Amino acid sequence: MTVPEDDARARATVDAVVRRSYGKLVALLAIRTRDVAGAEDALSDAFASALADWPVKGCPANPEAWLLTVARRKLIDVARRRRSGEKAAAEWQLLADELETNDFLEAPFPDQRLALIFACAHPAIDATIHAPLILQVVLGLDAATIASAFLMSPAAMGQRLVRAKHRIRQAEIPFRIPRRAELPERLEAVLDAVYAAFAEGWSDPVGTDVARRELADEAIFLCRVIDGLLPNEPEVLGLLALMLHAEARRAARRNVDGDYVPLADQDAALWDANMVDEAESLLLRASTHNRIGRYQIEGALQSAHVYRRRSGKANWSEVVELYNALLTLSRSPVVEINRALALAQVQGAHAALGALDAAASDRRLVEYQPYWAARAELLAKVGARADARHAYDIAIGLERDAAVRRFLQQRRAALSIASADS
Amino acid sequence: MQYLLLIHSDDSGFFALKPAEQQLAIGAYMAYTEALRKAGALVGSNRLMPSTDAAIVRVANGKSQVLDGPFTDTKEQLGGYYLIEAPDLDAAIAWAARCPGAGHGAVEVRPVRTN
Repeated sequence: MTVPEDDARARATVDAVVRRSYGKLVALLAIRTRDVAGAEDALSDAFASALADWPVKGCPANPEAWLLTVARRKLIDVARRRRSGEKAAAEWQLLADELETNDFLEAPFPDQRLALIFACAHPAIDATIHAPLILQVVLGLDAATIASAFLMSPAAMGQRLVRAKHRIRQAEIPFRIPRRAELPERLEAVLDAVYAAFAEGWSDPVGTDVARRELADEAIFLCRVIDGLLPNEPEVLGLLALMLHAEARRAARRNVDGDYVPLADQDAALWDANMVDEAESLLLRASTHNRIGRYQIEGALQSAHVYRRRSGKANWSEVVELYNALLTLSRSPVVEINRALALAQVQGAHAALGALDAAASDRRLVEYQPYWAARAELLAKVGARADARHAYDIAIGLERDAAVRRFLQQRRAALSIASADS
Repeated sequence: MQYLLLIHSDDSGFFALKPAEQQLAIGAYMAYTEALRKAGALVGSNRLMPSTDAAIVRVANGKSQVLDGPFTDTKEQLGGYYLIEAPDLDAAIAWAARCPGAGHGAVEVRPVRTN
């Protein structure tokens, strides 16, 4: 018999271990075999054993070492059952020896999470699954939560995760930190995955959807882990700064009625000053390396918006320059849209519409809400009301956040009133 | 591939809204329909009459039975649908998430059987 307090203590310890060490344990269990799914199964069994064992015998002094040992034994059992023959016997004997010789109670065990992260974001794996894979394998998030956050059916997400893990094993994707020459490109894939996770979390500003809101926190946490394991990489610092700047504004993005508040109208006093300060110092640190990149520029853009709102000094020319720099790195239509909106502040709405038209050839924009919202705003400014109304309609129809939808509907209605006046 | 987006919601909610709010809600659906059309994804759509106007027909033991009211006793009833064309389930889910119905009820995404 166990008492509820002991159960609760065991549960709390397990939760804490998952939080700080899930990825470390998976990495250690899978690093030789590259069998991520097998490592996760063994670890999951070990957690189940812990929940049965710890309430009775008490939590071990080093829970990670306990779990690793139990999970390794499970892996050996599986290997024994699956294979027979001399070669297999030799293999599991090797695993068993490793189990005996490693004294994890003494030294802290090595953190191989970075190697695992690079394996998850390997170019041989579909880029769209990089972020979900890292969230599951490194942070221990369950597939249903990840699926919901990424707007995918849980069954489909589960299948894709399984396939990706299979690929790591079959394609013999190495668990290692890429060499200096290939590091920038490989790191970019990792950072893109982290940012993709953050962006999904960012789309739930009020934080009613726990899965989404926590994703923003998880992405920041993950970026801190990467910064800790791969220090002084300017792009890592840039991404962390970018996310902190965005996250700092969470409380200001909606008013008390839950309505959407655009950046220009936000109460800067509601911004998280600590996050803003940290973001600023990260950008400063990044800049000392003289290796500019996408995330540093995007972080600098956030910084420019904060400066403008705090100082009251328009700095739109600098903002346009930053977007120009971003465009030289990648000709993304998304960047072109943002640049056009900044350009409107400097050269007027007509010039901005011209810039927007240049981006409009990209077919994907038909379903991209910010394009239509930007277009509607600019058309309204130049007095093309019928076109503006149509653009607002598309923007409203493409928006999944009801608060933003209401905001756009108000802008559209204001247009109708103005047109009735004229 | 075609997908049927079934909008399940509590239809009493809409009638409890003030006229201006009703206009806003209808406007959101009209905008959504327009966005689907602009993207070339719209195949068809309809709003249904309230579930209180529904009738249920079932043949049991060779005898037709007719009952009043909705098929299930839950508050959320089928209130309307969109039939859309989408490249895959992910794209269909993305459209469903944009449907105003996802905010005030639930949108069921059903792939249409083609064979």
